[in-house]
Amino acid sequence: MQPGALSKALKNGAIWGFIVLELIFFSVAGEFMSLSDTAFMDWENMLLLLKQSAPIGIIAMGMTIVMVNGNIDLSVGATFAIAAIILLDSMTWPFMAAMGDWAIPFAWLFALIVGTLLGALNGLLVWKTGVDAFIVTLGSMLGYRGIVFMFNGENPTSHLNWTLVDFAEAEFLGIATASWFLLAATGAMWFLMTKTVHGRNAYAIGDNREAAVNAGIRVGPHMMINFAIIGFLAALSAVVFYSESGSVNPNDGQLYELWVITAVVLGGTKITGGAGSVIGTFGGVIAIQLLRKGLGHIGADTSTVNLVIGLILIAVLFLDRQLNVKGKEALKV
Amino acid sequence: MTDTKPILRLDGIVKTFPGVRALDGVSFAVMPGEVHALMGENGAGKSTLMKVLGGIHQPDGGAIYMGDEQVVMSGPLEAKAKGIVFIHQELSLAEELTVAENIYLGELPRKSFGRVDWKTLAEKTNAILKKLRVGFDALTRVGDLSIANQQMVEIARALTVDAKAVIFDEPTASLTDAEKVVLFDVISDLKADGVGIIYISHRMEEIFKITDRISVLRDGQYQGTVATPETDEERVTQMMIGRKLDLTRNALHHELGDVALEVRGLSCGKLYTDISFEVRRGEVVGFYGLVGAGRTEIAETLFGLRDPSAGQILLDGEEVRLNSPVDAIARGISLVPEDRKGQGLVLGMNCRDNMTLPQVDDLTAGPFVAEGAEVAIFDQYRDQLDIRTPGWRARVGNLSGGNQQKIVIGKWLSMHPSLLIVDEPTRGIDVGSKSEIHKLLRGLAAKGYAVMVISSEMPEVLHVSDRIVAMYSGRIMRTFTSDEVTEDSLIQAISGLGGDGKAA
Repeated sequence: MQPGALSKALKNGAIWGFIVLELIFFSVAGEFMSLSDTAFMDWENMLLLLKQSAPIGIIAMGMTIVMVNGNIDLSVGATFAIAAIILLDSMTWPFMAAMGDWAIPFAWLFALIVGTLLGALNGLLVWKTGVDAFIVTLGSMLGYRGIVFMFNGENPTSHLNWTLVDFAEAEFLGIATASWFLLAATGAMWFLMTKTVHGRNAYAIGDNREAAVNAGIRVGPHMMINFAIIGFLAALSAVVFYSESGSVNPNDGQLYELWVITAVVLGGTKITGGAGSVIGTFGGVIAIQLLRKGLGHIGADTSTVNLVIGLILIAVLFLDRQLNVKGKEALKV
Repeated sequence: MTDTKPILRLDGIVKTFPGVRALDGVSFAVMPGEVHALMGENGAGKSTLMKVLGGIHQPDGGAIYMGDEQVVMSGPLEAKAKGIVFIHQELSLAEELTVAENIYLGELPRKSFGRVDWKTLAEKTNAILKKLRVGFDALTRVGDLSIANQQMVEIARALTVDAKAVIFDEPTASLTDAEKVVLFDVISDLKADGVGIIYISHRMEEIFKITDRISVLRDGQYQGTVATPETDEERVTQMMIGRKLDLTRNALHHELGDVALEVRGLSCGKLYTDISFEVRRGEVVGFYGLVGAGRTEIAETLFGLRDPSAGQILLDGEEVRLNSPVDAIARGISLVPEDRKGQGLVLGMNCRDNMTLPQVDDLTAGPFVAEGAEVAIFDQYRDQLDIRTPGWRARVGNLSGGNQQKIVIGKWLSMHPSLLIVDEPTRGIDVGSKSEIHKLLRGLAAKGYAVMVISSEMPEVLHVSDRIVAMYSGRIMRTFTSDEVTEDSLIQAISGLGGDGKAA
C-alpha cells in the first residue's frame, strides 16, 4: 500500500468504522449491563434513533456547508427556538385561528421564513462588516436568545394542534416524519454540495479564499446564501420537532450549536474549511446519537455521556492530526 | 507592429496608499501578439499595477484602455470578462479541489439547476492539459501535485477563455527546465493568436529569450520602454536600480577560526540526503539553489525544528542532538527565518519587546520584567546595527523591511550565538538596505561569528560568501570557494548539471 493511502482510507471511512464499533460495544455491553431486556440493536430502537437524530442532524447539514465555507454559525440553537415560537404562537393569531387546520402550512412557512431571514442577517453582517463569523454569530446567539426570552419571559409557549401532531407522529414506510425530513435534508445538501456550482464554490472559498476572489467568485453573497441555508434548516428542524411536542421552553435549543459542530467535526469536516462532506456529517450525527443512546442503554447518566463525547471528540481530532503528519521529517510545531 | 493598435494601454496610472505613492503616472501599451516584459525590483510597483489592471485596486488617477475604448475594471470578474487573464505568482489554488475545478474556478460549466457539468469540464480540461503535456489528468487533487505541477495548473488557466491579454507574474519561479520549454511554447502559441502578453520576471535570460519589449518600473515610476533586441542586461539593470549591478565577488577574507559547525551525512526523509559541510568561525557560507532544493529544511533541522533521519551534527567538535529550538538556542544556534513577518517578528509588538523576546525569561527583576535591562539591550543593538526607528516604542510592523530584518538579526545577536543562520536575508528589502545587510553579515563574520546564508539571489551569495554550497533537489552538488566560482558553473550546479559529479 502507498504511504498515506492507509491514513486516507482510515480518514474517509473512519466515522463509519466508529459507528460499527459503537454498535458492537453497546450490543455486547448491553447484554451484561442493561436493565432492559431488549437488545440494543433492535430494529425499532434503530428507527427511533434515526428519529431522535433529526433535530441535530437537520441543522448539521447546514453547518457542513457553512464550515466547509470557512465560517461557523453559533446562533443555530437560538434560531431554532425563535422558529419554534413563531410556529406555535402564529397558530393562535386570530386570522390564523380562523383558518382552522389550513393555518398549519402558513405557520410552517412563517417559521421557515423567519429562520431563513435570521440566518441571512448573520451572513449579511459577516459579509458587510468583515468581522469573523465566530464573533458575529456569537453576538447573534446571545441576541436571538434574548428575543426568545423577551417574547414570553421564562414561560413556555404552547399550542397543541392535533392534526399537526398526527402528521408529525405519522410514519411512512415505517419511517417517522422527522426521519424523512432528516433524510431529505441530507439528500438535498448532498446534491447541493457535490453536484452544483454553488456547492463546489463553497469548497473553493473555504480552501483558498484569495484564489476564489481572484477567480471572480462573489464571496460575500455566496457566504450569505449559506448562512440563509443554515437558518432555514435550523427553522426546519424546529418545525419538525415542535409540530410533535407543541410546547417550547425559552431555553430549548441551547447547546445545539455545540452538538451540531461536534457532529460535523466528527464527520470529517475541516474546522478551517475547504474539506468535508454531507455524508460524513450524517455519520457524525448518527455516531453521537448512538453514543448518547447507547450509554443510556447501559445505565450511564447524562453527565457521563457528555464527558465521554467530549473525550471522544478530542481523541478523534488528535488521531486525525497524527494521521495527517507526513512522517518524521515534518516540521515540528 | 507600428500600424496596429495596442490591445491594452495604461495611461498615467496613479495609485496611492496611505503614506506611499505606489504608482506614479505609469503608462505603457501592449500590442497584440507581443510579449511585453515588465521589470522592476521588489516593491517597484509591479504587483500594484497588476492589481489595478485586475480590478482589485481602483486607480486614483489615469485610465485603462482596451482597443480604443476606456474601461473601468470593477473587479476580477470584469477583468476576466474583458479577456484579461492573470497567472499569479503565489499559487492561487484550492488544494482540496480537483485540477479541473481549479482551472475553471469561478466559471464552472453549468447544467440545469446550477449543476456542474462534470463531463464538459473534464473534456475541456483534459484538452488543455494535453496541450501542456503534463502527467496528470483533470480529476487529480491539486494538493497531491508537486509545486511545479501546481504552477502548470495555474498556467492552464490562461488557456480557458478567449484571452485578449495574459499576464504572467513570475511563472517560472518554481518550474524545471522541461516545463519552462512547455510554458514558452504556450506563450508563443498565444502570441501567434494575437494575444498580448505581459511577462513579469526577474530572470534576465528568460526576458531576453522570449520578450519583444521591456518596460521598467522603479519606485512606482515608469522608467521607459525599450525594444528587447536593442538593449542588453546591463542597461535594463541600470534602468531598474538606477546604477550598475554589483556582481563583485567577496574579496576580503578574514582569519578563519575553528570549525563551529560540522554536518556529516545528514538526511531528512525525502527533503534532503547525505548533506555534509562545515562552517568555521569568521566564515560566511552561502547556500544557493532553486526553491525546494532543501536549503531551508537543513536550516530548520539545525535549529531543532525537524528530526534528521540520518547523520550527525557536530558543534565545536562535539556531537549534539537538537530536539527543539530551545536546545538549538542553548547551544548558540540562531535562525533568522525566511519569512520575516510571519516567522521572525511579532508585528504588533514594539521594537524592544521583539528584540528581547528569546531572553525575556531571564530579564527579570523579582517577578517582573526588567524594563531597564530590555531597553539597554535594544539601545546597544540599535546603535551597533544602525536600526532606524523613532524609538523602542515604535511598532515593528511600521518599520521598513530592512529595519525589520535588522531587528531580527539584533534579536539573535543579543543571545550571543556562535552560529548564525540567515535564510533569504534580503527578500523584499530595497536595494539600499540590501547592501547594508550584506555589509552587516560580512561584519559579523569578521567579529568571529560563523554565518550560514541561504539565498536564491546569485549576486547576494556571490557578494557575501567565502564559500558557496550549491544544492539541487536535496543534494549538495558542489562547494565553491569565492575565488573559483563563476556564474555559469554555479547555475549549472543548481540546475543539476554539475559536471563535477554528484558526490562533490
